[in-house]
Amino acid sequence: MGRYVVRRLLQMIPVFIGATLLVFLMMYALPGDPVRALWGERSVDEAQIAAMKADLGLDLPLWQQYLNYLLGLFRGDFGTQIASGRPVIDVITSALPATLRLTALAFLITVVLGVGLGVIAGLRRGGKTDRAILFVTLLFISVPVFVIGYLYQVFFAHNLGWARPTVQDPTAWSQLLLPALVLASLSLAYVARLTRTSVAENKRADYMRTARAKGLTGRRAVSVHLMRNSLIPVVTFLGVDIGNLMAGAIVTEGIFNVNGIGSAVYRALSYREGATVVGIVTFMILVYLVVTLLVDLLYAVLDPRIRYA
Amino acid sequence: MSDRTERPTADEPNATTGTTGPVEAAPSATGPAEEVVEITKSGRAGHPATGGGEPLLEVRDLAVEFRTREGVARAVNGVNYSVHAGETLAVLGESGSGKSVTAQAIMGILDTPPGRIAAGRVLFRGRDLLVAPEEERRRLRGERMSMIFQDALSSLNPVLSVGYQLGEMFRVHRGASRREARERAVDLMERVRIPAARERVNDYPHQFSGGMRQRIMIAMALALEPDLIIADEPTTALDVTVQAQVMELLAELQREFHMGLILITHDLGVVADVADRIAVMYAGRIVETAPVKELYAAPAHPYTKGLLESIPRLDHKGKELYAIKGLPPSLTALPTGCSFHPRCPMATERCTTERPPLHTVLDASEAPVEGRGSACHYWKETLHG
Repeated sequence: MGRYVVRRLLQMIPVFIGATLLVFLMMYALPGDPVRALWGERSVDEAQIAAMKADLGLDLPLWQQYLNYLLGLFRGDFGTQIASGRPVIDVITSALPATLRLTALAFLITVVLGVGLGVIAGLRRGGKTDRAILFVTLLFISVPVFVIGYLYQVFFAHNLGWARPTVQDPTAWSQLLLPALVLASLSLAYVARLTRTSVAENKRADYMRTARAKGLTGRRAVSVHLMRNSLIPVVTFLGVDIGNLMAGAIVTEGIFNVNGIGSAVYRALSYREGATVVGIVTFMILVYLVVTLLVDLLYAVLDPRIRYA
Repeated sequence: MSDRTERPTADEPNATTGTTGPVEAAPSATGPAEEVVEITKSGRAGHPATGGGEPLLEVRDLAVEFRTREGVARAVNGVNYSVHAGETLAVLGESGSGKSVTAQAIMGILDTPPGRIAAGRVLFRGRDLLVAPEEERRRLRGERMSMIFQDALSSLNPVLSVGYQLGEMFRVHRGASRREARERAVDLMERVRIPAARERVNDYPHQFSGGMRQRIMIAMALALEPDLIIADEPTTALDVTVQAQVMELLAELQREFHMGLILITHDLGVVADVADRIAVMYAGRIVETAPVKELYAAPAHPYTKGLLESIPRLDHKGKELYAIKGLPPSLTALPTGCSFHPRCPMATERCTTERPPLHTVLDASEAPVEGRGSACHYWKETLHG
């Protein structure tokens, strides 16, 4: 187990380098440059631009720029935004909490509602409740997130007045609830369907027959014997899904005007702020890697047949 | 139900109850088993005394159907059998003959739907279980009657330790604490002779060998010392040497606890050593029932005869192995009359129209043989011819 964790942590190094390099190259490939963008529509003195570029190290060959960036990272320096002069780390730390909060809330909704609905549907496969859940989840899967987002805004905020259409204060959980529901809807639908299949299948397993033959109460047979087995594939999916939720958060943040990573990336992209984009994306990749590692370890806890060596 | 006194052990005159049980459909057969019932009564404080020859379990005219897309499959069509305390009844039959379905109906673990108990009674100590409320039946399961399944690997929960699964019996039925349950689980594992039980109690089913897993299944069924154990092909998934060990263990524990045992199998070899009586099933009916020795010596039904003749024998080396021709009938379209007639070498016109009742089998001097019955119009010819 310990060796497995160490190996997984070591594997993060090439992933980290590869991800930063890729994003770095992509930023370079984009047309326009951040220094010229500072002048906007005004006419520019080429000498001034060249001097500024030399100052920022942007006149160096690409590999050298990348190396400098990496060396900076190891010293804990994520770079500085060219336009605003703010350190990138400040941009990340001020935008990240809102996104993490939104993702966490959406994840919670996904787990609770998704697993809950899935178990109900799986236990009553073929019944009316099951069919209703199948229909609703199919709807969530087939309608794009931004459509669902605007529909929720119109329905819950404008028509019913239960929530604000946009988020004013991203530290208020109550305001984040509506965007989190939107963000969770797709994952929730997948989780519900996966849980349903898993529960329905395990319900017919031999060990469930044994559980009944042992004289266990129906409640115990389901909560102890059925759930542990049914949740194994669901947990795997949930791990991968955290990445999807973080990526999806960027779209949802746009719809509900949340000041999170999404808007920070969007702004950085429009100003060609390479360091900011690379910093944010790298950070998200690291979060994703750590979470998947945790999920894989949890998987071994749930299923004793899996042993990591 | 937990105020039980100590059980008598194997020093009683036991295990020789071969001819104790009357066959229900053979009205003239009377074979009270006083000594057997006495033992049971003394070991059961707080239970209504059972009458003289009253069996532990009596299945009467049980019929089970399954609704399938092809129509109603009649898996069990009027099965009658009984088991006394301390007795081993072997239920013999091919796959699909309804032997497991009967067992599941007795235990109350039949999947309904698609299954449906169409008719019959299951009397356990005189109480009809089929009309009992579900909660009462649940309490009986594990406590008074338990079941051993064929494939221990899939029948045990893969993600729970064997100690947990064994201890669960005590926690659910006896309200034992977690620690207490674990201790009892170790005791049980020692009882079924699993080496290093204390070290292995937290292991998972996949970490045990096939034979050890089946021992754990047996331990689980025995946990609360039930009156009746139904073993559904307990050794089919094991290799031959382990089969013998497991059967021996099962027989030994049955003697020790003086339980009724229903041994479901298709293996004639397993039956011969441990069973007292045999009930042969075909297409959802009992076609022959007899004390084990008599059935082997002289079968009274052509199907049983065919089964016995299809056992490979050393002294027939080099000769062609006998096989009953044809295939078991489809349960959705059972043949008219005797279900076995399309495959029977002795079938006549009568067999295609008239369903034979379970005739009482008479010996050469025309006296009824105790506990023998055959559902064949021509049992006499089969037996003596």
